[in-house]
Amino acid sequence: MPAHVKQKIAGWGGWPRVECAVFRPEKRRGIADVLANGEQPHYIARGLGRSYGDVAVNPGGGVINTTRLNRMIAFDENAGVLECEAGVSLEEILETFVPRGWFLPVTPGTKFVTVGGAIANDVHGKNHHIDGTFGEHVDRITLLTPTGSIITCSPKQNEDVFWATVGGIGLTGIILTATIRLQRITSAYIKVDYRQCTNLDALLAAIRETDDKYKYSVAWVDCIAKGAKLGRSVLMSGDHVAANELPSQYGHALSIPHKSKKNVPFNLPGFLLNPLSIGAFNKLFYAVHPSKQGQITDYDKYFYPLDAIHNWNRGYGKNGFAQYQATFPHDGVEGLVKLLEKLSASGRASFLAVLKRMGPGSKGLLSHPIDGWTLTLDIPVKDGIVQFLNESDELVAQYNGRLYTAKDSCTRPEVFAAMYPRIKEFKAIKAKLDPAGKLSSRLARRCGIVEGPVEP
Amino acid sequence: MSNSVAIAATAAPVSGPGTVIVIGVTSAIARALAGEFAKHGHDLIVASRDIEETNAIATDLSVRHNVKVISKYFEAEIFGTHATFVDECIRDANGSLDGVVIGFGFMDEQSVAEAKFEVARRTIDVNVTATISVCEKFATQFETTRRGFIIGISSVAGDRGRQTNYIYGASKAAMTTYLQGLRNRLFKSGVHVLTVKPGFVDTKMTFGLPLPGPLVATPEAAARAIYNANEAKKNTAYVPWFWRYIMLIIGSIPEFQFKKMKL
Ligand SMILES: Cc1cc2nc3c(=O)[nH]c(=O)nc-3n(C[C@H](O)[C@H](O)[C@H](O)COP(=O)(O)OP(=O)(O)OC[C@H]3O[C@@H](n4cnc5c(N)ncnc54)[C@H](O)[C@@H]3O)c2cc1C
Ligand SMILES: NC(=O)c1ccc[n+]([C@@H]2O[C@H](COP(=O)([O-])OP(=O)(O)OC[C@H]3O[C@@H](n4cnc5c(N)ncnc54)[C@H](OP(=O)(O)O)[C@@H]3O)[C@@H](O)[C@H]2O)c1
Repeated sequence: MPAHVKQKIAGWGGWPRVECAVFRPEKRRGIADVLANGEQPHYIARGLGRSYGDVAVNPGGGVINTTRLNRMIAFDENAGVLECEAGVSLEEILETFVPRGWFLPVTPGTKFVTVGGAIANDVHGKNHHIDGTFGEHVDRITLLTPTGSIITCSPKQNEDVFWATVGGIGLTGIILTATIRLQRITSAYIKVDYRQCTNLDALLAAIRETDDKYKYSVAWVDCIAKGAKLGRSVLMSGDHVAANELPSQYGHALSIPHKSKKNVPFNLPGFLLNPLSIGAFNKLFYAVHPSKQGQITDYDKYFYPLDAIHNWNRGYGKNGFAQYQATFPHDGVEGLVKLLEKLSASGRASFLAVLKRMGPGSKGLLSHPIDGWTLTLDIPVKDGIVQFLNESDELVAQYNGRLYTAKDSCTRPEVFAAMYPRIKEFKAIKAKLDPAGKLSSRLARRCGIVEGPVEP
Repeated sequence: MSNSVAIAATAAPVSGPGTVIVIGVTSAIARALAGEFAKHGHDLIVASRDIEETNAIATDLSVRHNVKVISKYFEAEIFGTHATFVDECIRDANGSLDGVVIGFGFMDEQSVAEAKFEVARRTIDVNVTATISVCEKFATQFETTRRGFIIGISSVAGDRGRQTNYIYGASKAAMTTYLQGLRNRLFKSGVHVLTVKPGFVDTKMTFGLPLPGPLVATPEAAARAIYNANEAKKNTAYVPWFWRYIMLIIGSIPEFQFKKMKL
């Protein structure tokens, strides 16, 4: 019998933490064996657990950790096309292919993410306004369906299964392998322009004016600043540096300095992060990032500043935190302002708030991005958090905005369905692929995508 | 002694990284160690009893590191197949053989090994008999070419017998002693033998065991430590290093006390 271990696991936010039967197959056949064995009522795949909420946990059922199925299968050096198992991490892809002149087509703010996880949440990066989501750079997926067959899907073959699986949060099957297109680079460096913006209006104007000129763009927003300063921010726009533009002091253009990693070995006491300390941090961040042009930085520092501190999530203490990411269509900017106002008034300070303009969404039925504005923040778990988040959800829905499965931990079914109108199509495909309901997660049940009690 | 040193120093010169053979490559430690060697430019021959998985691992290593990787079938318990296996490895390394890693090993729960003799026997067959069978053949080859290394993955469990895993422990004690003697014999031929004693490594052998988290190493970290120990020509490497001290303490408890303890 495939061995499992009962573990209390959570997403990256550490909340909610629930007991699941965790499997970790090390052989390709292993996943099919776990599903076929059927000792648990249902299962969900889990990559590196970097989703914040409950999308990769499954209380009362099984969780299949895919991280040991991380073999690369083929690489086309001319086209930059990589075929690999779904457990390969973005870090491994960077380590292997940056020195050969290839970079990820799309990357989230951490490289400790698996290819399977990147597809299942159809993740986006700082280049969404130019390049779209990760799923839009996937040529092919092999999927182990819950009934045990293996099917290949792509934008041309089994198209419906493909776009249900891209952003399908693991509910259509287990992604075994994927073929992805990398992008050419000639250096491992990014040149960044920083622009300070005194408030939200200034920021939105700056983004509208400059976004098309840069491949990457994202703004850090001070959530403590109120009134006329609401939305005080630093816009950071970047592009890859061409090898011939890179000053010689950087040495070999495709290698970057090795960094030692810092670690947060245990949960810090929650009181360390309070409105005062976060406010001080935010002021400091603003002060040390005056407007300046053409700062050269390596890709690691630019894309993954938080990865330098291992287990940084423990900084929020043992109660954990929720991450909240809401995306509003262009005509819902008012909702964005109200959400910021609500947050800054609540004292539920956020350590990190990030604002970005999104481009048009992908064809993924449950894929998150829509053309508009996305705001992401951390909210430490304290009394009343569920109510606070549910109220925020209502606000988001009212302005036709939507929340992101990779971050969510509280949204209710009615609200989720309103945010994701294509849920009906998704359910129809899911019913065909998974008639017995073998794939389920806490999020899937909580948001009403799948029937069943949220927790047993 | 000084004589031996002189002989060791005149061993055949090595020109660039050659081929390393990793047997039992479906072990996460062995796979990661194969990756360390490939990263440093070595071609590889990898083997295990699961040819499909071995092929997947071989392809992965060659895609990641741009080295040549050959995969082979190897079953530890069918001793009669070992001579052909070793001959083929030597042939395929084509004169560039640098060394061999013994990565296969077997452990079942102590209670199972106590109750079922075939499990106890398999523990000895895989960890001891097969190790000896394979290593003797490579040793003879390395003696003739006067170069090479053998890395054997033993265990801290062989340092002291404990009620919770003494059958596996006994097999690892035998393996450690065997490698020690082999090191002594091959020294004069310039051949290095490294005994690796992992503490806890997060692999399928230990998945699900209630281990103290901070003491458990990742296979990748273990592999880096093993690679470095081999480069430094260490004789015994505790992995991670602090296990040397843990075992020193465990080893220093007098037997009359130790026998009463639950460890
Ligand atoms: C610091 C930080 C920054 C981030 N920045 C961004 C960002 O900028 N943009 C963004 O979009 N996201 C961002 N994220 C979120 C992260 O990119 C996603 O949550 C991603 O999906 C995590 O991948 P994972 O491998 O950890 O998957 P998990 O979190 O373990 O799982 C995520 C989902 O993928 C499914 N899944 C995993 N493997 C498979 C498989 N083989 N087959 C089928 N389903 C599978 C799971 O079932 C689950 O539904 C960030 C997260 C962190 C911690
Ligand atoms: N993990 C630890 O904490 C730890 C601690 C101390 C020592 N060790 C030692 O480290 C080595 C590697 O173990 P691991 O932890 O990586 O666990 P593992 O994945 O179970 O590795 C054991 C390896 O031995 C192979 N094997 C077992 N019986 C075999 C047989 N009859 N014929 C051929 N191959 C056989 C296995 O093949 P299959 O994949 O086909 O089963 C697998 O490749 C072992 O010697 C182990 O004793 C491990």
